[in-house]
Amino acid sequence: MIGAERAMDEAERRLISVTVNEVVHRAEVDVRLTLADFLRHTLQLTGTHVGCEHGVCGACTVLVGGHTARSCLMLAVQAHGHSVVTIEGLSTEGQPLPPLQQALADHHGLQCGFCTPGILTTLTELLRDNPSPSDEDIRVALSGNICRCTGYQGIVAAVRSLLPSAGREVRG
Amino acid sequence: MKPPPFRYYDPQTADEAVGLLASLENAKLLAGGQSLMPMLNMRFVQPDHVIDLNRVPELAFIREEAGRIRIGAMTRQRDLEFSPLVAERLPLIGAGLHHVGHRQTRNRGTIGGSLCHLDPAAELVTVAMTLDAEIVARGPQGERRLAMAEFPLGFMTPALELDEMLVAIDIPVPPAGHGAGFVEMARRHGDFAIVSAAATIELDGAGRIARAVLVLGGVDVSPLRMGEVEEALAGQAPSAAIFADHCRLCGAVEAMDDALVSGTYRRRIAPVMARRALEQAARHAMAKVAA
Repeated sequence: MIGAERAMDEAERRLISVTVNEVVHRAEVDVRLTLADFLRHTLQLTGTHVGCEHGVCGACTVLVGGHTARSCLMLAVQAHGHSVVTIEGLSTEGQPLPPLQQALADHHGLQCGFCTPGILTTLTELLRDNPSPSDEDIRVALSGNICRCTGYQGIVAAVRSLLPSAGREVRG
Repeated sequence: MKPPPFRYYDPQTADEAVGLLASLENAKLLAGGQSLMPMLNMRFVQPDHVIDLNRVPELAFIREEAGRIRIGAMTRQRDLEFSPLVAERLPLIGAGLHHVGHRQTRNRGTIGGSLCHLDPAAELVTVAMTLDAEIVARGPQGERRLAMAEFPLGFMTPALELDEMLVAIDIPVPPAGHGAGFVEMARRHGDFAIVSAAATIELDGAGRIARAVLVLGGVDVSPLRMGEVEEALAGQAPSAAIFADHCRLCGAVEAMDDALVSGTYRRRIAPVMARRALEQAARHAMAKVAA
């Protein structure tokens, strides 16, 4: 075990290549590093938040291969060869906010914002797979994201405002 | 760094995985990671070796062969949820999956992982028991099959040898006209059930119950098949009164206490869950007759 002379033990450290927000990142990581910590500590993408670290709160939800996943429940090595989208990949700096994020801002869909990155990745998947979700669909989708300060009313209202039926609402 | 140190392997084939399992001491198989990863993060488990099955494509499939549906152990819960074949042939699976965690966890979670973790309240364990599934396990000596009813040996303990791996489950397809019902009581959507009930009902030509299956989850250390209720229902015309009457037996079972819920409460709600599951299954079967 002599520093750089030592051949890397693949059972303990691995070279991985992960596409994050359309950029390919290569890094050598400990095999026990979680994907959440890889994103935050190795890539400095701190928009993905870490709340409970055992898969309950949903704050660390990212898209892996287009599907939502708890990044605290994946190892970084498991993302090797896959494409990950984080909150940083859902908007472009200097450009207007995309409709979902603008709707959240307009409807008081966030307060402290800690849970918001996970909520946005969750809702991105929901609206992609089901463009006209019912209120129940929206609430079931959000059941895996714990928000403890804003409350869900504003978040549901934000999603509802984006639906094709929103324009037909009678407004008093 | 939350998980304890371990050595990591990502085999490409099931045989390679079984070989590793047989040759390594204190090894854990990593399936969807929705239970093992939290346990690693909290250091409840400290394996020396983690064998990741996520790069073994041969373990993820849904196939129909000769009146049976075979599901690979690494099939994601999401893929079962959205499979038209499963929805048509085994509607109980979709009904149960609706209560399993959340979309984010079903995207990763697998059927094999859930069955082997064997949480007493896991919906897929209860569903597999209700559907008379068979477990296909592979070890260094080859494959063997065992009935789901014999799979739980005790609290969270599957009947697998240390060098054996669950590779698939095999489910006989019930008659097309059967109805399925799954209900549960949980404190929040997606939580493990305090009590769940799964039921299937087949009707005869006269609209009477030809066969009923009823299983309670979350009550005892593993799902309880309510054979007495099933026998009592055979030959009866389905009605709310009949179900309520026979489901009283579900209140006389052994029930677990835990930190949040007493066995007394579980016995109190078990008959209600059972009745509702049977009513749902009967309505489903009758709707198919009408269609």
